[in-house]
Amino acid sequence: MLIIPCPHCGPRDQIEFRAGGEGDRARPADPASLTDAQWAEHLFMRRNAKGPLRERWLHAAGCGRWFTLTRDTRDHRWSV
Amino acid sequence: MRVAQGGARIDRGRTIGFRFDGRRLHGHPGDTLASALLANGVHLVGRSFKYHRARGILTAGAEEPNALVVVGKGALADPHARATVVELYDGLIAQSQNAWPSIRHDFGALIGAAGPLFPAGFYYKTFLGSAKSWTRVFEPAIRRMAGLGPAPTGPDPESYDKVHAHTETLVIGGGVAGRAAALAAMADGRVMLTDERPAIAPLPGIRMLERTTAFGIYDDNLVMAVERVSDHLAPEKRTGPRQRLWQVRARHIVLATGAHQQPCVFPGNDIPGVMLASAALAFLEDYGVLVGRRVVLVGNDAGAERLQAAGADVRLVDEVRAAHGRRHVTAITDGTGQRIACDTVLMAGGWQPAVHLHSHLGGKLAFDAEKHCFVPIEANSRIRSVGAASGHIPRDAPPLPVAGKKAFIDFQNDVTLADIDLATREGFVSVEHLKRYTTTGMATDQGKLSNLNALSRLAHNLGGSPGAVGTTTFRPPYTPVTFGALAAHDRGDFIDPTRVTPLHDWHVARGADFENVGQWKRPRFYPRSGESMDEAVVRECRAVRTGVGLLDASTLGKIDVRGADAATFLELVYANRWAKLAPGKCRYGVMLGEDGMVLDDGVSARLGAEHFLTFTTTGNAARVLDHMEDYLQTEWPHLKVWLQSATEQWAAMVVTGPQARDLLSTIVSDVDLAPDAFPHLAWRSASIAGHPVRLYRISFTGELSFEVHADARFAPAVWHAIVAAGVAFDLTPYGTEAMHVLRAEKGYIIIGQETDGTVGPDDLGLGWAVAMTKPDFIGKRSLTRSNMLRADRRQLVGLRPAERIAEGAQLTLAPADTAMLGHVTSSYPNGHDGRPFALALVAGGRERIGQTLFARFASHAVRCTVGEPIFYDPQGARLNG
Repeated sequence: MLIIPCPHCGPRDQIEFRAGGEGDRARPADPASLTDAQWAEHLFMRRNAKGPLRERWLHAAGCGRWFTLTRDTRDHRWSV
Repeated sequence: MRVAQGGARIDRGRTIGFRFDGRRLHGHPGDTLASALLANGVHLVGRSFKYHRARGILTAGAEEPNALVVVGKGALADPHARATVVELYDGLIAQSQNAWPSIRHDFGALIGAAGPLFPAGFYYKTFLGSAKSWTRVFEPAIRRMAGLGPAPTGPDPESYDKVHAHTETLVIGGGVAGRAAALAAMADGRVMLTDERPAIAPLPGIRMLERTTAFGIYDDNLVMAVERVSDHLAPEKRTGPRQRLWQVRARHIVLATGAHQQPCVFPGNDIPGVMLASAALAFLEDYGVLVGRRVVLVGNDAGAERLQAAGADVRLVDEVRAAHGRRHVTAITDGTGQRIACDTVLMAGGWQPAVHLHSHLGGKLAFDAEKHCFVPIEANSRIRSVGAASGHIPRDAPPLPVAGKKAFIDFQNDVTLADIDLATREGFVSVEHLKRYTTTGMATDQGKLSNLNALSRLAHNLGGSPGAVGTTTFRPPYTPVTFGALAAHDRGDFIDPTRVTPLHDWHVARGADFENVGQWKRPRFYPRSGESMDEAVVRECRAVRTGVGLLDASTLGKIDVRGADAATFLELVYANRWAKLAPGKCRYGVMLGEDGMVLDDGVSARLGAEHFLTFTTTGNAARVLDHMEDYLQTEWPHLKVWLQSATEQWAAMVVTGPQARDLLSTIVSDVDLAPDAFPHLAWRSASIAGHPVRLYRISFTGELSFEVHADARFAPAVWHAIVAAGVAFDLTPYGTEAMHVLRAEKGYIIIGQETDGTVGPDDLGLGWAVAMTKPDFIGKRSLTRSNMLRADRRQLVGLRPAERIAEGAQLTLAPADTAMLGHVTSSYPNGHDGRPFALALVAGGRERIGQTLFARFASHAVRCTVGEPIFYDPQGARLNG
């Protein structure tokens, strides 16, 4: 079980968190201007990177805040 | 037999009794079941998994593959216990397993003669035939004879505990190396040490856990260990928990787990009386047990003189070509072909460091050709191995394996050298394939005594080194762990919290039948004596349609939305409009996911200019709040909005039916209930029995309805006032089942029943609640994706079936069609007219109104007529009343 460094509460057990998938994927400012293919890309496609990956986490059983961290998917090393 | 030498772990001054397969035997405190059996001359303790070969005690420790027994009886029975680690107590009862009718006369041993039926990969070869031959012939036969101990006969009466601990250093293994490492680590901070054996001498300042097996290491140095707190005591003497699960976070882990001596491979290496040399020495030194008088030692001579000193006649041989004997070894043939009579064969096949824990987090191994074993490669400074576990082991060159009949590699899964050779010939040359095909290393002993020999043989067959072949991956658990320890307190009522409404006691007193909705207990119906569920539901529905009914809807999710931008925020998270909703009014809303699928629905009320109360589906409350928080925090953090769950703060009581207003008017004050003053989809403050309440004119039944919301603390008083006033109106409490029937007749959907994450608002006929003219809202863009505009999307329709149909039934055009047009989402046997009706999602459903479809369930097909998804008061005159 991972220890996740919550930027507000410090390191806590993974059990307190909920994963929110890949991070740094801002909702398009004007969805209406996107083609079906562009919108599908935003909705469904993820990098699934082997290596550093930006991830969204919710400290659900803690401060209740969403935040984004970089996790290396090979060895779980965190960086901000 | 017991001898005068050795015996460091036993108390010779006391004698205790135990039973094995009904025989009454004696041992000493400190004995293991294995040492006590050997002291009594009992070597035959089990039958093997596949061939039902006679098996004895092979080791003296946790790696034992053979001596698996059932300890205890009835609900306390513990199958697959390794006799080598079971501590003896007075009155212990043990039973051999995998033998029928008895261990000495085992029917399955005939299979030994049928060996050719069970070659490597026999799962894939032998059991070919019709499906019937599997279920009727093979499976029952295998179940009867396979090496699976009987399950306990009742729920586990024991208790288990679970603890978390944090430490700077955790040392696993309390031998010489582990103790030295623990003392050295004290300079860095707190130190814990676990050892799987009893009676570990304390080290001052170090937390010592004896009888504790660290069975797995997980991410970020989380070590799971199970402490056998009272397994060593007779059941009647156990006061605390039986076992305790430790979850230890350690900054540094030191693995001092030792090494396992490996068996030699030769025909008959599994006959009782053939065991590891190290085991024979352990039985002598720890328990004062000499395992035999006429001993043949193969591999090396370590310990020979100690056995001799204890009275054994020890012969050293370089090679054993075969061991002979059926229930016990009687002789061997040595490398020169000479037959040597003996009662014991001791194998010294080299040592393999116990690298299992090292491997759990992906630690790599290197093959040490000189020592012929795999040693751990240090991956980081946070987990390191010391002592024998790191490869500090004697440099024994193991004897070469000897091919022939029944030369075993994996004792627990009955995999022979010939099986490995066959698998290689058949092309299973990857170590992972070899493992799966032959099942070597896949038994409960996790290959502690078989992996090295199997890999070595594979490498030999391929003409390479075991280092090039590599190893399979060791995974937790190191030794089997009871489910009881993993569950600990989380069983029965403690598996999950139970949520009850403030009115729960009344429902119980009223004899309600409850159903679980998420964690909530909700009254399903209130049966009168002798009434079936169907009868009760018909009665409750009729009361609501013709008189007045009362429902506890307190479980309804409630989210308090406040702030200057509250309306703007709701405009974004709901598909419909909110900005112009006046305070004092309510509106039905549909919430979509970004993919355009319906996520939730419900009514929201505007309490003030900057204050809304949003109602969610009972089971969806937390999810909806999370969804809203997510967007608020991450997409629109500039909005001034605060969200707060209010589900448990407000109890909700639904008074519904043609007489609802008449009833409430006798107890409600401070409000005008007249239809003009208080229309449908409005809310008003009022008071009942002196308590402030909010009344909402929201209807989920299609009848005139008032939802009475009261502070949870005063809810029972308000409920009792309604019930008391209801006597004159024959007020009928109704449950969720009647609620479902009443709403389905009106075509009101239930999230999770009519929706499954693939259903859009238009599919449900809720297009009217979607404001496409808004510049943006969650899911808007997805509603115009080409897939959402297909004419053959599944749409909500009503069905009139000829008889009751099953929810989930598939719908087809003809009774025998295989092309499925949709499925039944809700189905009820009795509508207001006494006829069955259903809701369904059907491809292009709205175009099919008037058509006949068939609802298929199993082999049954029921004719249904497709109609609008509304069966009662389509104009809505009643709810506006």
